[in-house]
Amino acid sequence: MKTAVQIASDVQRGASSADEQLSLSLEAVRARNEELHVFLYVDEDGAREAAARVDDVIAKGDNAGPLAGVPIAIKDNVCQRGVPTTCGSKILQGWRPPYSATVIDRLLAAGAVPVGKTNLDEFAMGSSTENSAFGPTRNPLCPSRVPGGSSGGSAAAVAADMTPLAIGSDTGGSIRQPAALCGIVGMKPTYGLVSRYGLIAFSSSLDQIGPFAKTVTDAATLLEVLAGHDPMDSTSLPEPSPSLVAHLNDGVAGKRIGVVTELIEGADDEIVNEVRRALQAFRDAGATVVELSIPELRLGLSAYYLIAPAEASSNLARYDGVRYGLRVDAADVTAMNEATRTAGFGDEVKRRIMLGTYALSAGYYDAYYGQALKVRTQMIDAFARAYREVDFLVGATTPTVAFAIGEKASNPMAMYLSDVFTIPTNLAGEAAITVPFGTGEADLPIGVQLLGPGRSEAQLLSAARVLELADGRP
Amino acid sequence: MSSPLRREEVAHVAKLARLSLTDAELDLFTEQLGQVLEHANDMNSLNLEGVVATAHPFGLTNVVRSDEVRASLDRDEVLAMAPDAQDGRFAVPRIMGEAP
Repeated sequence: MKTAVQIASDVQRGASSADEQLSLSLEAVRARNEELHVFLYVDEDGAREAAARVDDVIAKGDNAGPLAGVPIAIKDNVCQRGVPTTCGSKILQGWRPPYSATVIDRLLAAGAVPVGKTNLDEFAMGSSTENSAFGPTRNPLCPSRVPGGSSGGSAAAVAADMTPLAIGSDTGGSIRQPAALCGIVGMKPTYGLVSRYGLIAFSSSLDQIGPFAKTVTDAATLLEVLAGHDPMDSTSLPEPSPSLVAHLNDGVAGKRIGVVTELIEGADDEIVNEVRRALQAFRDAGATVVELSIPELRLGLSAYYLIAPAEASSNLARYDGVRYGLRVDAADVTAMNEATRTAGFGDEVKRRIMLGTYALSAGYYDAYYGQALKVRTQMIDAFARAYREVDFLVGATTPTVAFAIGEKASNPMAMYLSDVFTIPTNLAGEAAITVPFGTGEADLPIGVQLLGPGRSEAQLLSAARVLELADGRP
Repeated sequence: MSSPLRREEVAHVAKLARLSLTDAELDLFTEQLGQVLEHANDMNSLNLEGVVATAHPFGLTNVVRSDEVRASLDRDEVLAMAPDAQDGRFAVPRIMGEAP
């Protein structure tokens, strides 16, 4: 399949059309969606209209934008006006948002063609996409295994060549972990770089929208379109979209890079070996590599599984059967709220709501939530100290390659541990990218993670490009 | 090791969160949530005395805008997605009890 950049170029100069590219995408979706369960909804009519608008602009001799005619998959927790949006939950089944997320407007303005909504763990809570109320997504590279999660559908759409690009959200690793398990590029941008307006809230101080792509160049092109200040999101950074594509070939010569003990310990040997091979590639490209220990990162998982559920318990209070989504009738309003939430939420969502309610409740607040917020401060300070020594950090993205469907489904703690290397970046509000680098057991892909301070996207993308070239991809 | 969480506490939290649980679910969730809280005890290994809490990565400040009229969501479109609506408003079952 062609890259997004190639497609946009073909469409803009008339060698292809947005409508033709959409047909190719829909054909690929039809070929494997039943087997893999990637899309929850394919918006063929809306996509045809969006493609026709792009083709009209080009027929008039105008520029249709950097993503002209590029089909894109949208995680189903991002609102698109009139298009069913479920969050992978029965509680929102049948809901059609009355407005679009800012990222949807930006994509359409850049000429992209949203093809449909992809499967996810319910309310983005999970690491395997098995928590979707509508059934799991399968890994396109090995269908008996998970694609990762929570943005498993979006990662699978790109890995299965259904769309060259996809949008996901990353609260504790939900872009990077599935990207690594599906062998593609995924980036969690700096908190506030991409507007969250229209992203259904899970944990508001951690959630961030970001790109999936097959190549680093495509990921940078997409992130440039998504990023930039939005007055509709009061946590949006006040500056315009950074220049990313222009810096892709900056390389790493002269850079100091830190490999972090805590971001490889506990990973399978085959993964540690690929991280070591990536470090050699950086050295070969002129960088200096040092070993670092940041012990505070070990506490990330604990802090995350109190902070994220606490925020989720508050955010998900809005699903009460009154304004949208499911209602289960009962005699009075309290009984209706309870019957609706009990029937509408799955087990993982219930676990997190209860954990968050408990962590915030009188008598436990200081011991759990309050303590977690202090750990968060320690983590931010520890990263800042590291970035005084080195330009960026390297570690594994995941402890293992893609695991089997069902392997961790009944053990929440084992599932949570699959995000152990990605969580610290969210707590610090910083940026990180995963890039495929080598393979492990059963020829399954391995991701190497690069972490940088806030607003370091250009540097991380150019470093990821060094690994892409070193791994033999053009 | 015994769970740091008691079954009655889980039942209480479920009630606060407007969730009803079966007996089997109560047993399962008590065990599973207990494991997460037990893991969280590793935070006590740090001396956090005097550390300031961070609720938000960049420290939010108030964001204001000029008070200009602008389009809001279409009322009929919003109400069309509600489980029940009446006379331009969301409709819900009885909130108050009967007079004694």
